[in-house]
Amino acid sequence: MTLQINSLSLTAGSFHLKSITLEIQNGEYFVLMGPTGSGKSLFLKSICGLQSIETGSIIIAGKDVTNLPPRERNLGYVPQRSNLFPNMNVARNIQFPLDMRGIKGAEADKKVSEIAEMLKITHLLDRATYHLSGGERQKVALARALAAKPAILILDEPVSAVDEPTRREICKDLATIQKELKMTTIHVCHSEEEAKSVADKAGILYHGVLKKVGTVDEISKLYYNKSMSEKV
Amino acid sequence: MQNNNNQIKGSLRAVTLGFLFLFLFIIIVLIASDIYYLVTSSLTCSDLLKIVLSENIRNAFVLSIVTSLCSLVLVMLFAVPVGYALSRYRFPGHTIVNTFVDIPLILPPVVLGVSLLAFFGTPVGIFIKSMLKSMDVSLISGVGIVMGQFLVSISYCIRAAKSSFDTVNQDVEAVGLTLGASPWQVFRRISLPLAGNGLIAGGVMAWARAIGVFGPLMVFVGTGPRVQVMPTQMWLELSIGNIEASLTIAIMMIVIAGTALALVHKLAPGRRWE
Repeated sequence: MTLQINSLSLTAGSFHLKSITLEIQNGEYFVLMGPTGSGKSLFLKSICGLQSIETGSIIIAGKDVTNLPPRERNLGYVPQRSNLFPNMNVARNIQFPLDMRGIKGAEADKKVSEIAEMLKITHLLDRATYHLSGGERQKVALARALAAKPAILILDEPVSAVDEPTRREICKDLATIQKELKMTTIHVCHSEEEAKSVADKAGILYHGVLKKVGTVDEISKLYYNKSMSEKV
Repeated sequence: MQNNNNQIKGSLRAVTLGFLFLFLFIIIVLIASDIYYLVTSSLTCSDLLKIVLSENIRNAFVLSIVTSLCSLVLVMLFAVPVGYALSRYRFPGHTIVNTFVDIPLILPPVVLGVSLLAFFGTPVGIFIKSMLKSMDVSLISGVGIVMGQFLVSISYCIRAAKSSFDTVNQDVEAVGLTLGASPWQVFRRISLPLAGNGLIAGGVMAWARAIGVFGPLMVFVGTGPRVQVMPTQMWLELSIGNIEASLTIAIMMIVIAGTALALVHKLAPGRRWE
């Protein structure tokens, strides 16, 4: 599904996102980079409908979802800190979006098993979430986001809090799954290596302005250049 | 340097624990005094049993339990939404509303009884009273008792509910919304279970408070035979010099309150999910 953002602007406290326009094609993996405090998470939240916008529009698969509540946008969102539901075990976490769509019983169990197998977390299904490691938590959050086959997958620094080998493993899984499901994905990260391992296209956000969209190499060069603000 | 630090830590520990155990000692001495008085009185065990099972005390016990459970239901019905609203939403006057919610906590309970009396003297109160009368319901009954208990105890539960909802991570709720849940579904499936322990603890605290309400009931419903709850009965026994019966009721109430508090400590926030 194509994601189109047209002239999106918003204010949160003293911070502003200024007229962001972006188009991510169906099945494309887009990485958004930018220094801390540049508004990346706020931008993702506005796509999810968790942050109200002042002007602009958000169009998913040709449908204007700007004024729709989060539940009607058909998105899968993985926040920085997995934010699993601590009152549910892993299986019930993954089952949650299915429940919300009226998929229950054997059908839901089958879908949970499939997604758990895809992410190699079948052995975790009966565990309580507070017994999981950081990497396991992120994988469960990813499984939960993917369970109901959303139109767009939104990942907010999904591997920032895990160790290097786990980061590589999750990125590899992400790239494979994304290609397999042909799911339009937007992924916020700080690492060039992480971006290169998953992305088709990248963009850089700086002080609330989407400065440039291009290849990962182009964006990485800008990101790691200390005089970026002058250059862009 | 290390020795100095250890000495400071050691003396701090000794002083704070000293105060803790002194306070504990005072409470235990008070409870033990009640028991000591009964044990050293001329009453035998069967006399005490007779007091416990006497019609007045039995009725007071049943009325206390029934009315306090009714007020608990009402308290929970109000406290959960009020606590959630105070925790989640910011609106003009939030601070003032938040302060008003605590008023029943700081007012002398008897003032609430007087206020209830005053309210039922206003045109609105008189109208409600006449409505109740048309349904053959008198305020000088369990209904009046529940009103008094509700007013005295609700603030405890609202405070507990607000604190419990404050501890629920709002980002977790936000993720629930993106996964297809409506705000009501997020409330029921995520917020409420996560705040559950604190809500139950608040409910138990409110119930323990309700069962011990005395002042407002004395003012609002009086001490007639139909409205004698345990605290009223205890006072009545004391007023006619029957200190043994009064102390027996006191011990029964200590046991009830103690059990409730034990439950609160078992369920109170602090036993977090994460």
